[in-house]
Amino acid sequence: MWSERASAFMAWVDERLPVTKFWNDHAAKYYAPKNFNFFYFFGSLALLVLINQLVTGIFLAMAYKPDATLAFDSVEMIMRDISWGWLLRYMHSTGASAFFIVIYLHMFRALLYGSYKKPRELIWLFGMVIFVLLMAEAFMGYLLPWGQMSYWGAQVIISLFGAIPVIGEDLALWIRGDYVVADATLNRFFALHVVAIPIMLLALVVFHLAALHTTGSNNPDGVEIKKLKGMDDIPLDGIPFHPYYTVKDLFGAGVFIILFVLVVFYLPEGGGFFLEGPNFEPADPLKTPEHIAPVWYFTPFYSILRAVPSKFGGVVAMGASIVVLFLLPWLDRCRVKSIRYRSPVYGILLGLFVLAFFGLGVLGTKPVSPLNTILARVFAMMYFGFFLLMPWYSAKEKTFPEPMRLGEAVVPLAKRRGRHWDIVRQGLAAIQNSAIFQSMILRVVVGFIVFFVLLDFLFYF
Amino acid sequence: MTDDIDNRKRRFLTQSAAVVGAIGAGFAVTPFLASMQPSAKARASGAPVEVDISRLEPGQLIRVMWRGKPVWVLRRTPEALATLAEVRDKLLDPDSEESEQPEYAANEARSLKPEIFVAVGVCTHLGCSPTYRPDQRPADLGPDWLGGFFCPCHGSLFDIAGRVYKGVPAPKNLEIPPYRYLTESLLFIGGANEEESA
Repeated sequence: MWSERASAFMAWVDERLPVTKFWNDHAAKYYAPKNFNFFYFFGSLALLVLINQLVTGIFLAMAYKPDATLAFDSVEMIMRDISWGWLLRYMHSTGASAFFIVIYLHMFRALLYGSYKKPRELIWLFGMVIFVLLMAEAFMGYLLPWGQMSYWGAQVIISLFGAIPVIGEDLALWIRGDYVVADATLNRFFALHVVAIPIMLLALVVFHLAALHTTGSNNPDGVEIKKLKGMDDIPLDGIPFHPYYTVKDLFGAGVFIILFVLVVFYLPEGGGFFLEGPNFEPADPLKTPEHIAPVWYFTPFYSILRAVPSKFGGVVAMGASIVVLFLLPWLDRCRVKSIRYRSPVYGILLGLFVLAFFGLGVLGTKPVSPLNTILARVFAMMYFGFFLLMPWYSAKEKTFPEPMRLGEAVVPLAKRRGRHWDIVRQGLAAIQNSAIFQSMILRVVVGFIVFFVLLDFLFYF
Repeated sequence: MTDDIDNRKRRFLTQSAAVVGAIGAGFAVTPFLASMQPSAKARASGAPVEVDISRLEPGQLIRVMWRGKPVWVLRRTPEALATLAEVRDKLLDPDSEESEQPEYAANEARSLKPEIFVAVGVCTHLGCSPTYRPDQRPADLGPDWLGGFFCPCHGSLFDIAGRVYKGVPAPKNLEIPPYRYLTESLLFIGGANEEESA
């Protein structure tokens, strides 16, 4: 009786708004590759963090005052006087860092499995625009507490525009709305941070997902599932997004939330990386802090800026480090998408790129010194080398044959190629064959130790 | 009927309507963008400041705010002034030819009176305020450092007259604001009559 009424009601709605069709097109009958692994959590996690930022941001805006004389105190008021204000603020500030962790892993996934390649170039471009908007959003949000790091960080970043020939100085003046970073700057950054950029971000997320659902997802094997369809016109290696991936993503969200709240409750300043020490001092236009560094997620690009000994050159290099990412789909000429079937050369170069990215990130948090400058230059060359040499090395790669059907989500140890995996296999075999390992007593002892260590962790938190 | 349609005319009308519309949109967007320019209040707040330097000790630097920016007033010691000639070879623009200063400060000490140094304390690279580092040969700045200003943001170095070193990101010497002496111990920073102050 009830279900009849419910379906009659849905029929009434569907005639007027295609809700059921939308649900089927994008969830219940949207077929995704069956072998998504760990790296495929981060798209839905990015959406989760975006919602966290929107919700906490709305409530923070109810108490925050975008006025140079009141801003710092209003943030302190949120922390001390507003009920649960500290939680809202820490969820928002931790969310900002979490957003970049999730997005960097999401982008790394694309590098691993070639998700930016034909026919998914537009998904990558929309994603890159989201990344740039996210950087603008984070930068403008960081000015709002009106602390020392807020103020001088904004001063430096806005001055970057001043390095552009001819129009630069006027452009920087227009962005600031005053001759220095001042109340006008704070007020407009608030407007952009809470209204303009979030609206653009949401629109871009819609484009990103619409483009994704047009081509369908890539996967760890990098072969198109739409090429092989069954009699029912459903890809043989596809599974409906709902319930399979809704459940998988909910599990991922659960694990993520546990880690997230641990940081919110026990480590909200992230050791000075999520919220920087000098920002607990109100902005002072007369005095730059002894050591200024951007928040961790900007440090790789900031290092590239510092590595160039010329004002305009530094700005160009930093801009180029972002622009080159947009060009990725056209720089990579390898026909094979996934790292699983690309030549080991790509794996090594990708590893070096990750090393350079981390290296630049670490250096960006440190003061300038001759050694750090040399290291930053080496890492910057590696960063750009990975992309700019790509048209050559990717065209000449000796690739492995791609499979027709999808394989495992994670390649089992026994199937992994390469001498280093041979060594791992031999080592493991040696341990397993050793007399000690084979004695049951040791297994039991190790089992107990692992059990109690885990128990300790549970009670510690 | 369809044969009577003049597609050329249609295309012309569509395109010209689009162009007129785009021009209209350009006019409509102007007030929005122009509203982000500095307000009349911000433009008017460039009032000059007076600084009493009678109690400024040798080697002491004070900061005053002028047009929202830090302005330094420093009484240089004879030893510090002696380093000006010594660092000359390491400087990018030792004669301040490419830098901003009033004509009367385009000399080696970049000041009206050699011992009193007045400068806008804003790095010409990306706008941080450099740190005053009069100490000679400190551990962090190396054995060649003879005193001056160090920008903590990107490591630009300036000598005790605000002249930029070679090989650092800052492209120009520190800016010198227009200033003059009202009396022996009273400085007047800013103001329109730059010729008068010379």
